[in-house]
Amino acid sequence: MANIIVEFSKYAIIIFMAFYTLECFIVFRYHSEEDRNGIYIRQNVLMFLIHFISFVVLCLVTKNSMLILLYAVQQLSLFATIVLYRVIYPRANRLLINNMCLLMTISFIILTRLSYEQSVKQFKIVIVSIIITMFIPYLVKKIKIISLFPLVYGFLGIASLLIVMILGKVINGSKLSYSIGSFSFQPSEFVKILFVFSVAGLLSKSTELKQVILVTIMAALHILILVFSKDLGSALIFFVAYVIMLYVASREWIYLLAGFISGSLASIVGYQLFGHVRTRVQAWKDPWRTIEAAGYQVTQSLFAIGTGGWFGMGLAQGTPDKIPVVVSDFIFSAISEELGGIFAACLILICVSCFVMFMNISMRIEDEFYRLIAVGLATIYGFQVFLTIGGVIKFIPLTGVTLPLVSYGGTSILTTHIVFAVIQGLYISESRKLSTRAKNDSD
Amino acid sequence: MLQFKKHHEKSTNSNREIANITYLFVALFICMLVYFMYYIGIKSTEAINNTYNSRQELLAKKVIRGKIYTRNYEVLAETLINPDDTETRSYPFGNLFAQTVGFSTKGKIGIESLANFNLLTSNAYAGERLQDIIEGEKSIGDNVVTTLDVSMQQVANEAMGVYKGAVIVIDPTTGEILSLVSKPDFDPNQINDIWEEIYVDTEEGPLVNRATQGLYPGGSTFKIITLLEYIREHKNDYQDYTFNCTGKFTKDDNVINCYHGISHGNVDLMQSFAKSCNSSFANISIGLNSNQFRKTCTDLLFNQKLPVSFPYAESFVPINASSSANVVMQTAIGQGTTQVTPLHMAMITSAIANGGDLMVPHLLQRVENYNKDLVKEYKKKSYGKLMTAKEAEILQLFMEDVVQSGTATLLEDSKYTAAGKTGSAEYSSNKSESHAWFTGYAYMNDKKIVVTIVLEGAGSGGEYAVPIAKRIFDEYFKSN
Repeated sequence: MANIIVEFSKYAIIIFMAFYTLECFIVFRYHSEEDRNGIYIRQNVLMFLIHFISFVVLCLVTKNSMLILLYAVQQLSLFATIVLYRVIYPRANRLLINNMCLLMTISFIILTRLSYEQSVKQFKIVIVSIIITMFIPYLVKKIKIISLFPLVYGFLGIASLLIVMILGKVINGSKLSYSIGSFSFQPSEFVKILFVFSVAGLLSKSTELKQVILVTIMAALHILILVFSKDLGSALIFFVAYVIMLYVASREWIYLLAGFISGSLASIVGYQLFGHVRTRVQAWKDPWRTIEAAGYQVTQSLFAIGTGGWFGMGLAQGTPDKIPVVVSDFIFSAISEELGGIFAACLILICVSCFVMFMNISMRIEDEFYRLIAVGLATIYGFQVFLTIGGVIKFIPLTGVTLPLVSYGGTSILTTHIVFAVIQGLYISESRKLSTRAKNDSD
Repeated sequence: MLQFKKHHEKSTNSNREIANITYLFVALFICMLVYFMYYIGIKSTEAINNTYNSRQELLAKKVIRGKIYTRNYEVLAETLINPDDTETRSYPFGNLFAQTVGFSTKGKIGIESLANFNLLTSNAYAGERLQDIIEGEKSIGDNVVTTLDVSMQQVANEAMGVYKGAVIVIDPTTGEILSLVSKPDFDPNQINDIWEEIYVDTEEGPLVNRATQGLYPGGSTFKIITLLEYIREHKNDYQDYTFNCTGKFTKDDNVINCYHGISHGNVDLMQSFAKSCNSSFANISIGLNSNQFRKTCTDLLFNQKLPVSFPYAESFVPINASSSANVVMQTAIGQGTTQVTPLHMAMITSAIANGGDLMVPHLLQRVENYNKDLVKEYKKKSYGKLMTAKEAEILQLFMEDVVQSGTATLLEDSKYTAAGKTGSAEYSSNKSESHAWFTGYAYMNDKKIVVTIVLEGAGSGGEYAVPIAKRIFDEYFKSN
């Protein structure tokens, strides 16, 4: 009996996921939130179904009765998040809330499958993150002085990156984190947000050459420290965020071009200069040749994705634990192996839908500072998704970054929740402004 | 008011930049998505079949391993279900296809390894598989049809007699491998019992497929390559070449002897090749441009990967711009440190027989579900030209002359036309011991076949390898 359930569940999960993804894009056909209400509720039902079926399978296979409890608490907290947002922020963007919850659901499922302990630990962090960030949408525009100290954010960011570089412990050959007690902390994740606020603050004041040079120096310092800490993924993300914010703020395409050219030159120099960059690039070009050394990670990931195929092996039917760092950097491969390529493709589309929604929201913002913040955070989110998924499927070289909201990792989770909450806050205040204006007009 | 308007303008303008960035990112994501689907849909089978992929074991729990067939649907390997529900892999031909079909229990080698994923995948009808899942039964795996031919394999195997060595038979127009014999062999049916014994036996090495992984000095068969290089360097006057052979050739302190010290007297290029005159080829080699020589070897796939999908050893030629005269002379006659696999020699011969065009050698023809519906077809694939059509034509004339008036006259036949090159490769300081080589082809109407043979320590190629080639050619063309 368990056999049949495991086998059929995988098709059910794929169908529900496909419908959910479809709804993500159908939403854009309707303009008022009232018309979209039905879609959002259907999405919630689909998401809960995926969560439920997956945990039934996991319970059957692992025979761990604790999973029932874990499921119940997770289900409750997802439900509470959705309801709380509806009550506290009736104007919130519900597609973003749904996507955020679905990505968390996928994370719950795959982490529980990979490691019960890590899943529980992650879940606690998720709860804390949700509670903390619940206040952010309210605070974002209330605190007016937030835009006044861009240079302070910049210095704070540079300082904490420097501390990590000097004190941090070495993880996977890159200095990324430092530990206080048992709590390991990865500042480059937080600094991303500080960085966006700093660049937005500086560029919203002026985009004259002098100011641009100042911003460039500040960004360069961040990026150089990251490069020397061997955290190439983050360095790339900072760089792209800076170039795009500069382009949007100045409206000069020449900056985009200059960024592209200097980025390419820097890549060539980096390739010549650093052995670990060359190793990564070679492992990307032909991982099969170095299958027992540099190519090991990617080939294991490709085995997982390939053997899983379109429909996947089924939950707990594959061997994703054979992939190194599967819970963080390679979580996408585990998802594709067990839940299938179709499911994984839907996951990519949902991330794209989040990104497009972020960008959509940024277009509606009139205040330059907040508009740049939205663009910056959207870029960071979108580019990070691109780097991590592109890396594990061998579309681009591996950079070792996490999949936001899905990968294991406390700092990454909290940071992404902050990003979603800030954008939610900007959306809420814009729609409030619109409706007051509409009311004034009709008066 | 004016200020407001300006502000408004700025905002709409600037949104164009945001829109551009959005389009750019969405385009990137679409590329990535397409690549992802391309990988899963098409590219992934290669990865799945990789021997490093430990996930193949998972499939074995759900599927009964499929059958391996010859080109005429004789069973080479099948899984039998015992009364106690355990499975036994059976190989009806026993020793005959030992390393070529391989085995799947003690690790995997041969076609069992090559087609592992296909054999462990079931493309049976969906309804049946559904029923299997519901009843908790294993599905029936797909069958693999190979290019192998039992009669060719049997003839080659018998003709080799007690000798160690290898025979490979290829259709040069398609690249299909008809026969792949390697001796000593073993009985894959008993692999579980004999494993301990044979896998430590590095001296005899029964697990090694000598046809694809055995590296031998090429001996005089390598003169084909030296000849090609000479022709390339003397496009217009190679026919004017003459040499007076006294049984040996001396350059500085290095001496090259003809086989058994025979003096061939006055020879031209064609006679040098037909009689396999070492002295003449040593003489030719010292006039060659080493750089060019290396390039020709590279064109013929020496010192590099071969375009085949099964395991093989890489051939080696030591020639480069700074090689000493001795190295060049030794290499030119296939001695020294030069090493080549029978497979590689067969590929070069196959390109010559096919007008310069190398058809990629392959063992798998098609994958079918157990109801014989096609799942996947391995079409013939051209690697490209190893040499020009003109060069291939000249080499064909030279190789046909070897049969007409040289070391392989035994192959003259009223039905088919044969061509080739013999070799007796010395492999120890004792000059009387040599590996017997033959590589060549035969054709009749539009049927063409390439045969490459190595017999370890047998003696001269003309005496020991050529008779085997004859039996294989006779067998292949007998039906017509």
